[in-house]
Amino acid sequence: MSLLDVQNLKVAFGSSTVVSDVSFSIAAGEKFALVGESGSGKTVTSLSILRLNHDAQYGGRILFEGEDLLKKTEAAMRGVRGKDVAMIFQEPMTALNPLFTIGNQIAEVLMLHEGISAKAAALRAVELLDKTGIPEPARRALAFPHQLSGGQRQRAMIAMALACRPKLLIADEPTTALDVTIQVQILELLNQLQREENMAVLMITHDLNLVRHFADRVGVMEKGRLVETATTHDLFVQPREPYTRKLLASRPQRVVSTVEENAAPLLTAEKMRCTFTLKQGWFKKTHFVAVDNVDVQLKPHETLGIVGESGSGKSTLGMALLRLSSAEVHGRIAFVGKPISEMPSAALRPLRARMQVVFQDPFASLSPRRTIEQIVGEGLELHQPQLGRVGLRREVANALSEVGLAPEMMSRYPHEFSGGQRQRIAIARALVLKPDLILLDEPTSSLDVSVQQQVLLLLAELQRKYGMAYLFISHDLAVIRAMAHRVMVMKDGKVVESGKTEDVLSNPSQVYTQRLLAAATYSTLSKTGARMSQAGVAPA
Amino acid sequence: MNTSTTSISPGRRIWLRFKQNRRGYWSLILFSVLFAISMAADVVSNDKPLAVRYNGQIMFPIFQTYSEKVFGGDFDTPADYLDPFIQDQFKRDGNWAIYPINRYRYDTLNYFAKSPNPAPPSADNWLGTDDRGRDVFARLLYGFRVSVLFGLALTITGVILGVVTGAIQGYFAGRTDLFFQRFMEIWGSMPELYLLIIFASIFEPGFGLLLILLSLFGWMGLSDYVRADFLRNRNLEYVQAARAIGLSNRQIIWRHVLPNSLTPVVTFLPFRMSAAILALTSLDFLGLGVPPPTPSLGELLAQGKNNLDAWWIATSTFVALTMMLLLLTNIGDALRNALDVRRKA
Repeated sequence: MSLLDVQNLKVAFGSSTVVSDVSFSIAAGEKFALVGESGSGKTVTSLSILRLNHDAQYGGRILFEGEDLLKKTEAAMRGVRGKDVAMIFQEPMTALNPLFTIGNQIAEVLMLHEGISAKAAALRAVELLDKTGIPEPARRALAFPHQLSGGQRQRAMIAMALACRPKLLIADEPTTALDVTIQVQILELLNQLQREENMAVLMITHDLNLVRHFADRVGVMEKGRLVETATTHDLFVQPREPYTRKLLASRPQRVVSTVEENAAPLLTAEKMRCTFTLKQGWFKKTHFVAVDNVDVQLKPHETLGIVGESGSGKSTLGMALLRLSSAEVHGRIAFVGKPISEMPSAALRPLRARMQVVFQDPFASLSPRRTIEQIVGEGLELHQPQLGRVGLRREVANALSEVGLAPEMMSRYPHEFSGGQRQRIAIARALVLKPDLILLDEPTSSLDVSVQQQVLLLLAELQRKYGMAYLFISHDLAVIRAMAHRVMVMKDGKVVESGKTEDVLSNPSQVYTQRLLAAATYSTLSKTGARMSQAGVAPA
Repeated sequence: MNTSTTSISPGRRIWLRFKQNRRGYWSLILFSVLFAISMAADVVSNDKPLAVRYNGQIMFPIFQTYSEKVFGGDFDTPADYLDPFIQDQFKRDGNWAIYPINRYRYDTLNYFAKSPNPAPPSADNWLGTDDRGRDVFARLLYGFRVSVLFGLALTITGVILGVVTGAIQGYFAGRTDLFFQRFMEIWGSMPELYLLIIFASIFEPGFGLLLILLSLFGWMGLSDYVRADFLRNRNLEYVQAARAIGLSNRQIIWRHVLPNSLTPVVTFLPFRMSAAILALTSLDFLGLGVPPPTPSLGELLAQGKNNLDAWWIATSTFVALTMMLLLLTNIGDALRNALDVRRKA
């Protein structure tokens, strides 16, 4: 008998049905993954198991050890939550209560479900933290969530989830908010604990690469339906459904045009150093060095990839190169032959048209109260006032069709567009000024894989057409591999390794780069972790 | 996504959500109607006829002062249209007069009243008269107008000051913010009421002085909210993107940060207005407000307190005041819900 058996699940919010006719089962001790793009209903499905969706109407059956969870009373459900079925979330910072120590929060679960005393619970909490591999667990138990790193917070979440030895652990994108090297550690931990406790894991993720190395079986969701369920091996070797094939094919493809080797550099920066003031006393200041002694050179038509984990200083460097950083910046920057590092900001303004930025989050980068026409046309209005109203409209329409959006959409507001469309609008805003340089700060990391691929292709196409140079900041090695001519690997504000993309990513000379590469492909995980046979699974 | 659908601006969506709240929507309509009537108070409630025909001549006493002699009186003084003699003149052959709905102005003293003051409600004085014989309905109507106008003026100046100071602190942050915050702490600790009393004894208290004094202190609450919103919004990527395009600080504040930081301002508008009205009412009640004979709700309340047996004064003022504040609170409530993006239309 399977541990969890979901039969014809239907979830509706008011009149809109979000999940329909979803059936799958998970055996005890099995690792099952639900894959899908955002909005496919995978999170709603997983929350339905614990009946945690607000104002939802359910249909179908969810059998857990033979009992229908949808028929249980709310009080009975509280006994299931955290005890038989536990859950870990994507963002451990918001999933943990900031006002309580993590030891407290773990102990709370134990006291609630096992009825043990506060003292015993506190001891158990330390034990659990130790099990999740947090160093100095006794001290960490007294720490507040903000005092821990992202990886440690996720470990604490896992400790909390495992407190009552659940039979099923639901992990909703447990590694998405973490750096690649930490991701691997967390997955290794989940693997190990899963084997020790023999619990079933329902993993919700959008990362196919992760699924391949972690799960036993996979379900693919699209628009609220489960389109395909198969063992991991079968799914990757012979996907049946066209949607699955499309998902599998949407790994970034290498698309780069050739660069003139001896062209004069577009942007040069020497000895870049960015510092933030941490503490300011009467007599001394404490500094945090975000970027330390970095040289950058970028030719026209070229893409320079800057890779690094969060906190490596890659975004700070990018913003500093464009004189947009709030940090204290030292170093010499020359753009199109002009020294911009000392220019007053008023003198710099005309040059701004020639260097543009596209940000990571297309939801935050478009002002919600302005129409698309106003957003895209704003730069033109400032830098080319001679265009007039009609000319401006024409240019905006051109830029929109250039990025694959219908010009009729220009009177709309950002909230009416999807993430991918919004990112296209952001690209159009940069493109409309015909810049020589665009800083792309993680332009695809908040997008779904298939959309990500489209945006990358668009960027490559635009580069071929207009010959812009890209400063491409990303934590995703696959994206950098696809887009960059040269790559710079950063760690703690310093450049660890740099050179041609093929050279650096195929034969990394530095240990850190090697580790990053290994983590990105989960290659170390497959050795220690999954029980399934690796035959037939080609490396990514 | 269908390209033929007309797109709705965020402002319009807020209005649609506001309209869905029927209580707030009807409160807004009712309040607007009352305000419109009170703005036309001179036509609705006046001691002069709107138009008269006297001996074949058409005259408009509401716009022009006529001597009693014009209507056959004995003295060269402004005609008292409540005088039975004058009223009789208009009833004679071919003469007529069109009177306002209520025949008293806020300061009209009826020398021909049938009962002693304060007089209970009657057909002549719908809500009775106060202890000086002035019509309570007329005073309420004019007092409502003064209150709302004062509330509007105080709200507008407060909002402008609050938004400007909040924007400067929030957008520039750092040292500017630090010093401004300290200034506000010092400024905010000044005893407002004592200052009002002191200034009221130095200068002639009036509409303008009250407005200035209350404005000097009223902006601080709002300023904090605007500052917080600016602090948040200035770090959002669309502001960074605007800087990358090369916009100046002023343009960024005006076009990008300000429109996205107005939620607390709009939400607080009705509440600020009712607070302003209450402030004026309580100052009038204490005798520190507008000078007599300006009609004011606070002064009426004070009269009600002094003439407890004339129940109609206190009761009708209380009802008028409560209704006004209730309407404003309903509007504010609906507005707050409409601006809450977590609620769906």
